[in-house]
Amino acid sequence: MHASSSLAPPETITLTINGQARQMAVQPWVTLLDALREHLDLTGTKKGCDHGQCGACTVLVDGKRINSCLTLAVMRDGAEITTIEGLAGEDGALHPVQAAFVEHDAFQCGYCTPGQICSIVGMMNEGHARTDEDIRELMSGNLCRCGAYPNIMDAIRQTLRERGEKPASEKNATPIPAYHLAE
Amino acid sequence: MTATQYVGKPVSRVDGRAKVTGAAKYAGEFNVPRLTYGVIVSSTVAKGRITRIDATAALALEGVIEVLTHENTPRLAWLDRSYQDQIAPNGSPFRPLHDDKVVYSGQPVALVVAENFELARYAASLVRVEYAPEPHQTNFDDAMAEAYEPPTGRAGYTPPPKPRGEADQAFADAKYQVSAQYATPTEHHNPMENYATTVAYGEEGKLTVYDKTQGAQNVQAYLASVFSMSSDDVRVISPFVGGGFGSGLRPVYNVFLAVLAARQLKRSVRVSLTRQQMFTFSHRSETRQEVRLGAARDGQLEAIIHEAFADTSTFEDFAEGIVNWSGLLHQCDNVRLEYRIAPMDVYTPADMRAPGATQGTFALECAVDELAHRLGMDPLEFRLKNYAERDQNLDKPFSSKELRECYRQGAERFGWSQRNLEPRSMRRGNRLIGWGMSTGAWEAMQDKAGAKATLHVDGRLIVGSATADIGTGTYTIMTQIAAETLGIPLERVEFQLGDSTLPFSPVEGGSWTAASVGTAVKEVCEALREKLFKLAGKIHDSPLGDATLEDVVFENGEVRLHRDSARGIALTEILRRSDMATLDEEVTAKPKMLEQSGYSRHSHQVTFVEVEVEEDIGMVRVTRVVDAVAGGRILNPKTARSQILGGVVWGISMALHEETLSDHAFGRFMNHNLAEYHIPVNKDIPEIDVIFVHEDDTIVNPLGAKGLGEIGLVGTAAAVANAVFHATGKRVRHLPVTLDKLL
Ligand code: FES
Ligand code: FES
Repeated sequence: MHASSSLAPPETITLTINGQARQMAVQPWVTLLDALREHLDLTGTKKGCDHGQCGACTVLVDGKRINSCLTLAVMRDGAEITTIEGLAGEDGALHPVQAAFVEHDAFQCGYCTPGQICSIVGMMNEGHARTDEDIRELMSGNLCRCGAYPNIMDAIRQTLRERGEKPASEKNATPIPAYHLAE
Repeated sequence: MTATQYVGKPVSRVDGRAKVTGAAKYAGEFNVPRLTYGVIVSSTVAKGRITRIDATAALALEGVIEVLTHENTPRLAWLDRSYQDQIAPNGSPFRPLHDDKVVYSGQPVALVVAENFELARYAASLVRVEYAPEPHQTNFDDAMAEAYEPPTGRAGYTPPPKPRGEADQAFADAKYQVSAQYATPTEHHNPMENYATTVAYGEEGKLTVYDKTQGAQNVQAYLASVFSMSSDDVRVISPFVGGGFGSGLRPVYNVFLAVLAARQLKRSVRVSLTRQQMFTFSHRSETRQEVRLGAARDGQLEAIIHEAFADTSTFEDFAEGIVNWSGLLHQCDNVRLEYRIAPMDVYTPADMRAPGATQGTFALECAVDELAHRLGMDPLEFRLKNYAERDQNLDKPFSSKELRECYRQGAERFGWSQRNLEPRSMRRGNRLIGWGMSTGAWEAMQDKAGAKATLHVDGRLIVGSATADIGTGTYTIMTQIAAETLGIPLERVEFQLGDSTLPFSPVEGGSWTAASVGTAVKEVCEALREKLFKLAGKIHDSPLGDATLEDVVFENGEVRLHRDSARGIALTEILRRSDMATLDEEVTAKPKMLEQSGYSRHSHQVTFVEVEVEEDIGMVRVTRVVDAVAGGRILNPKTARSQILGGVVWGISMALHEETLSDHAFGRFMNHNLAEYHIPVNKDIPEIDVIFVHEDDTIVNPLGAKGLGEIGLVGTAAAVANAVFHATGKRVRHLPVTLDKLL
């Protein structure tokens, strides 16, 4: 990288990403999102707006969900970062949220998906999601233009059930199976 | 189909794992070596000339490689024809960095290329562009004075049908009348992934172009023709597309700029649009519509007059079917439909999910609701009374139409019979409750498409076609069709798409992919089946004896006798015994025009919606939706349901949220970001109940599938607006229904 002499020089930082310490030299103006995508080839974290308006770039920093487009990489020197690439087990077994997403078709184009999944993991860490309405509110920072929200809700409910944390059911929920196919 | 082991089953997406683990690579994510980054400078005026571009400060930065403008780009193809893609409207396609003319605000005027992204972005901010602005027109209400009838000739565009009966007379004579004006705003597709291209510059200048597109071959043909390249020298690859909704049907200017820069610099280049720049090409046309309906006392529809105006650019005549649906949806003998477009200083509109249909159906289905209200009639009963048994536009029977069943099942699931006719008659606490409904239709199209299939001796089946999967489930349903047809386990089948070197496919849109590419996949696998059967017959001591193709089944990777399932042979064994490593086949599947042409082919939808309106502040929330769809055979209920969910969410969005606003002083879109351009968030979307009504159709295509990408959206916005009327007694005819319009 040829930095101009008039611009701030790169700084060496260490990020622990998905359990692996990665040392890198980045200029101060590089966002965490671009550091992941362009410098480390961790392109699972997506860029939908670069302005903190869509949630596609959500990652976990020290267990907390944040928009990685709104933080500079140098500000996170020494932090533990979990991206979508780090959620599945070593053996390739999907994280329960990932598995629930596949089962419930909680995505279409898949572009908001890594952000949704990281956000859900972060939300569960926060421990405030008690009802469906809580979940909807707490997940409203992650846009899905494909409109997969109802299936995202199903995937979240399943994961919570598996963890023994049943969300209180919806007041207007229809007691109706997910889809109906007349034979 | 010999069996239904996979087709029709709720198979989870075959690309699901890649998408939930972050392994799926989108266009801007191919990190090729020595990559450079291009950042686009956008015009700040809507119309005029560029008088000066000063890039000195940008170029002075170490690491900035080049600033491309109209002043230093090479001469490219000259004729408009060279820039016209598969679905271009009539006119002169926009040419980036072509000359000093500015034809819309946000037009790319320079590309800054640097060794890294941040530097390119900073350098782009240092490029000084001076303009001689000219007066612009971005106010549609004023632009309408210049409206004209769009020329025919655009692929896929059908002009309104000729008037039938005496619409104006019948309207004047009708006992019950509705005459109302409706408006829909400009909208932008805004898929979650911004448009991006990564060009890998290869040996001898060969280019591999990773591009976000709904048609890899459409982009490849465009690039080859614009840059006068041999088609062997440019390959377009697009394995994953982060949403399209029509915005990627035509080549977007980032691909042009990335290729231009790569060729100029002989380097690999990535050009990504910002979210703001996602508002600088393609939008849903803004409309103004007038609908006049007349009915007799018993509710019989006696006249339909629907006139629509929509915008286009100054350089292309964008045409879409807005009013045609009004002659199709309900039985009526006196119909007059008109459609005009008016040029503005904006980029050319584009097809946006259910293009035309959703704007036109909003107006018609609201007017129908108004008429039913005037008659004191239940809106469902009104629609049943005027049920169209035949397509009166084409004067042809429907190949299939289970709309009546949609009405019945949808109403029952929703509990429609409990509805009180009177507006403002239902409450929950301090909230008004409203129930509304509407109908929609979309054409079931099939286009020519190719596919190839290769069976490997290790048992893998690779099938491919140059189509796209923009979230629609193409990978999955094609895998299902191939697995089914050849009786090979799903896990052993791989479907490839999004590569211009694969067999021909039309752009992925219009809900025609399942029908077109699906038929090609089915046919190529059938051809391969035949080949395998013949090969099996030649094997010494063939267990199939002298059986014919009709006597055998393909199942579990084997071909076996119907009557004696013990007698069979594995497909891999056939290859091995024939000394072949692979066996392949390629076909081009064409629609059976003659057979189809006698019929009108459409999918249908009915949406029932419940809204809650907080009376004091006018806040609307959709609380319940039932969408019943007659879309032919459902190939995969899981991905099919997702398509409909998406359509319904888009309908709610159109009704309550979406609107791109212009600042006419500058001729520029103001809310060009995801905070101010509203789309629904999780909290805005309730449970959505999707019903697929059984529909057999042997005419539309050999699969019987009608396509589901658009149909969930078509009538949904109208259903929401009708529900708001039922809740509040206020009729909002200008979308979106925001709270200021309800107070
Ligand atoms: S990319 Fe970070 S919030 Fe949109
Ligand atoms: S799956 Fe496409 S944006 Fe959510």
